[in-house]
Amino acid sequence: MPHSVASEGSSTSHKDDEVLPDAPSATANPGISVPHGEDTPEKETAGVKLEDLFNDEDDDDHEFPASSAPTEVEMGTTDAMKPLPIQVDTDTMLAFYQRLFPFRYLFQWLNHGIVPSPDFGNREFALTLQNDAYLRYQSYPTADLFRKDILRMNPSRFEIGPVYNRNPRDRKTLGSGQLKPLSKELVFDIDLTDYDDIRSCCEKANICGKCWVFVTMAIKVVDAALRQDFGFQHILWVYSGRRGAHAWVCDPRARNLPDDRRRAIAGYLDLVRGGTQSGKRVNLKRPLHPHMNRSLEILKPHFVQTTLIDQDTFVGPEQAQRLLSLLPDKDLNEALRRKWDSAPGRSSTSKWDDINALAKTRKSSTLNTSTLRDAKQDIILEYTYPRLDSEVSKKMIHLLKSPFVIHPGTGRVCVPIDVRNVEQFDPLSVPNVSQLLSEIDTWDAEHPSGATTETTECEGSVPNDSDARGSRRLQDYEKTSLKPYIDYFRSFIAGLLKEERTGKRERSDETREVKTESMEF
Amino acid sequence: MIRQEFHRIDPKRRANLNYKKQQFATPSFKQQDYPHRLNFYDIPPTAEITLEQFEQWAIDRLKILAEIEACSYRNKTPDETKTHITPLLQKFLPLSSNTSSRTGAVDPRLKERQKDHYSHFILRLAFSATEDLRRRFARAETMLFRFRFQEVDSRERRAFIEGLSLDWESVSEEERQELADNLVTATPGLRRAAEESWYKVDWEKVPELIERRSVFLSKGKAYVPEREQLSMIIAEFTTRLERALELTSRALPRLDEDDRLSPILNHLSKNFGSAESVYSEGEGFVDGAPITASSIDHLSQHFPLCMRSLHTTLRKNNHLKHYGRLQYTLFLKGIGLSLEECILFWRQSFKGFTDDEFNSRYKYNIRHSYGDVGGDVNRRGRGYPPYSCQKILNDSNPGVGQTHGCPYRHYSAENLIGLLQSTGVHDKDVLRGVREDVEKTRYHIACNRVFEWAHKAEIKRAKEDGSASAIDLDTIVHPNTYFKRSYLLKQAGKSQRNP
Repeated sequence: MPHSVASEGSSTSHKDDEVLPDAPSATANPGISVPHGEDTPEKETAGVKLEDLFNDEDDDDHEFPASSAPTEVEMGTTDAMKPLPIQVDTDTMLAFYQRLFPFRYLFQWLNHGIVPSPDFGNREFALTLQNDAYLRYQSYPTADLFRKDILRMNPSRFEIGPVYNRNPRDRKTLGSGQLKPLSKELVFDIDLTDYDDIRSCCEKANICGKCWVFVTMAIKVVDAALRQDFGFQHILWVYSGRRGAHAWVCDPRARNLPDDRRRAIAGYLDLVRGGTQSGKRVNLKRPLHPHMNRSLEILKPHFVQTTLIDQDTFVGPEQAQRLLSLLPDKDLNEALRRKWDSAPGRSSTSKWDDINALAKTRKSSTLNTSTLRDAKQDIILEYTYPRLDSEVSKKMIHLLKSPFVIHPGTGRVCVPIDVRNVEQFDPLSVPNVSQLLSEIDTWDAEHPSGATTETTECEGSVPNDSDARGSRRLQDYEKTSLKPYIDYFRSFIAGLLKEERTGKRERSDETREVKTESMEF
Repeated sequence: MIRQEFHRIDPKRRANLNYKKQQFATPSFKQQDYPHRLNFYDIPPTAEITLEQFEQWAIDRLKILAEIEACSYRNKTPDETKTHITPLLQKFLPLSSNTSSRTGAVDPRLKERQKDHYSHFILRLAFSATEDLRRRFARAETMLFRFRFQEVDSRERRAFIEGLSLDWESVSEEERQELADNLVTATPGLRRAAEESWYKVDWEKVPELIERRSVFLSKGKAYVPEREQLSMIIAEFTTRLERALELTSRALPRLDEDDRLSPILNHLSKNFGSAESVYSEGEGFVDGAPITASSIDHLSQHFPLCMRSLHTTLRKNNHLKHYGRLQYTLFLKGIGLSLEECILFWRQSFKGFTDDEFNSRYKYNIRHSYGDVGGDVNRRGRGYPPYSCQKILNDSNPGVGQTHGCPYRHYSAENLIGLLQSTGVHDKDVLRGVREDVEKTRYHIACNRVFEWAHKAEIKRAKEDGSASAIDLDTIVHPNTYFKRSYLLKQAGKSQRNP
């Protein structure tokens, strides 16, 4: 294994300065971090690599399965476009894994129970190491081994793949075609880059509160469809760390869907088709399908607020021209064009109102009201309906970034989004890793009693440990602003496990309890 | 001394087993009586047939399947396929309905159905060996089944479906009234919910309808009108067939030592041809053409529209998205651009990237396409074959900002015409023809129309001097064929002008 050699080299160097996690303040801006002697050249190269990695990150949400090309990169990430890169250095990363990453809960989530099962053991993980090497087909029998290996490798991020019929680590010993994916959560990926042609505020990897609303809308629409139409209940939405969101549908029925059924769902939800050259991209038949009707109702207020007011999408002549090309009536278009040409800079809201106002005055013409209404509905959908990266959803073997890892570019944690309060979610205030580490320090400073023992132990991310000994000690994550997110994740898992358990027999429950006790010693 | 008793039977079982009789007893299977014209092929045939029948029946069925497959590759509409297939079916694999009059002593229908049944299972054996064959077989069989299902009259259809015992829950009157609005809006071409009787099934059973969003869906149940039965039946047929093929493939090794059937089966599976991969390696290479990274710009005048638009986009943006790169790289590979030259070509085209960026992000993909890296299979197969029109047409639509695919299919009519005009196609008749073709979803015809227009002088000359046979004048169904033919025609034209 050539990769492990490389990583071992780096991990030993971390062990040398294992004390560093206590001093996270220096890690926030590694450029200034004090270079000590021989470390300097190494640090510099690491910096360059991380930057590369960060570029690559532009596309982190489009991981391709091994069968197709490995990574895909968005077009033209010219340097001017890039926001100032925030690099997360290896020590900070390691400290995060040691103290904050909820390994045990991630395990329970994927294992669908407490006793280690093939659901977890045969699950593929893919690690992206600090040197950009990409390790696929990793698997771990238990949460502890999982944690140990992640600490050893200290990956900059890792992804979750499907559960296979055999242990994916053994794939070389199996004949070709022997290793088959059995199940994976049904996943969806929303990425703001797909909205570049309709958002005026930011481009590429940048986001702001204004354009995040597009993701909020998408989450609402997709979530409603998955719950009401398909009857799924356990849907976990996760912020992807920069400018998108992922959905993990964890119902057993969803996990076991074969690829063609996944494709069917993706097709059901997919609406805005066609590339830049396709002209009118939404052409729905009437009457509207109930799903479309519901989506339209959800999206209408957003269209008014976001597209017309916040983004002011149609203010420029080019976009206004595009709007006109989507309207059905030539006479009306001509009138509108004349009006808008005479008043450059007319706001989108006024333009949108003009359409109706002018249409009314020209009743005699060929235009009938229903075609205009339909066209306007199509426009609303084209400018607001979720743009999913459907390739991600179609294939079981597609890998998707795990929740709670750190986005290497922004340093933010990929936290779950509580869909009930999706409106309140602000991606820009999601805790970032250095902030979290300093929060622990602040807390420890304010509560000196328990602090000393904990910092040396670094066992923060393993729950239950302290409970078992009877003395309730706060875990590190509870001292930080990550707490509400992990609490939400826990409640999500609890709901999922409850459903899993009802399917199993009473007896297996008993054995499970015996085993958990035995695991404690 | 040890006496070996080879035929010794476990004493416990001896009482009810007479091995002598058992060995020579003729197996008594239930003879199938084929009550329906359609068959789900759940029960394998058991009666004896001769080897000649075995082979003949299989070949007859194979002819049908190959034709069906060919129709789908040529993008024929269901109606065209029907007119094409019907006479062939009559000839090779007739199946008369229950209502047809019986003649002669032995019911001919029984014979026909037996042949249908047996030939299906023979081909199952022949095509279960590899994943690829299984998939193609299942697809062709499904198309055949769909075709036949549509032919049958409704009474026979109903009888057949009842015989299948599928777990469909019918929707009660109250529920139907409650959901009437949703049912009507969700199901295209329906005015009142009361017109139909409705079934409630798990949505997984009707993926086609879900994907097209043409059925009402609530809490994981799809509300399917009776006339959409087809979709459900077909889905059921396909799943059962796929599962059965999987099982057959596992049983296949047991046939290894059989020297009567194996050769026939092998022969059959080879004869299924590889219509899908119409492109064989090296086919698109043009001898003597200087194909290097720097000549691509010049050669791009011979490219089909799909590649040409990729090329223009690349030159305009100095970048292409992943699928665009893939489609274009494979095409370039197909015209004979070497790996080194190809890497050079992309490197030069991606202005604004440093060497490091280029190497870390793009180089691997290019090498992967050439089979230079990647898994064993990929390397042995020298990467993927260049995409055929079929693949380009049917693969996923280009999304926002993507430029791959077939312009005839994926562009709106206005943009398509604009693109054509920008490549020098101004002839009004041609443009009108293209517009009509595209409306009828005959994309390859449109593409060929443009080709014929652009090369009409050369084609005419080639026909006159008889070299037309050398340059095949079939319909083009592969971008690389387009290039090769275009290039050769123009070269021939040139050499004639300046001998």
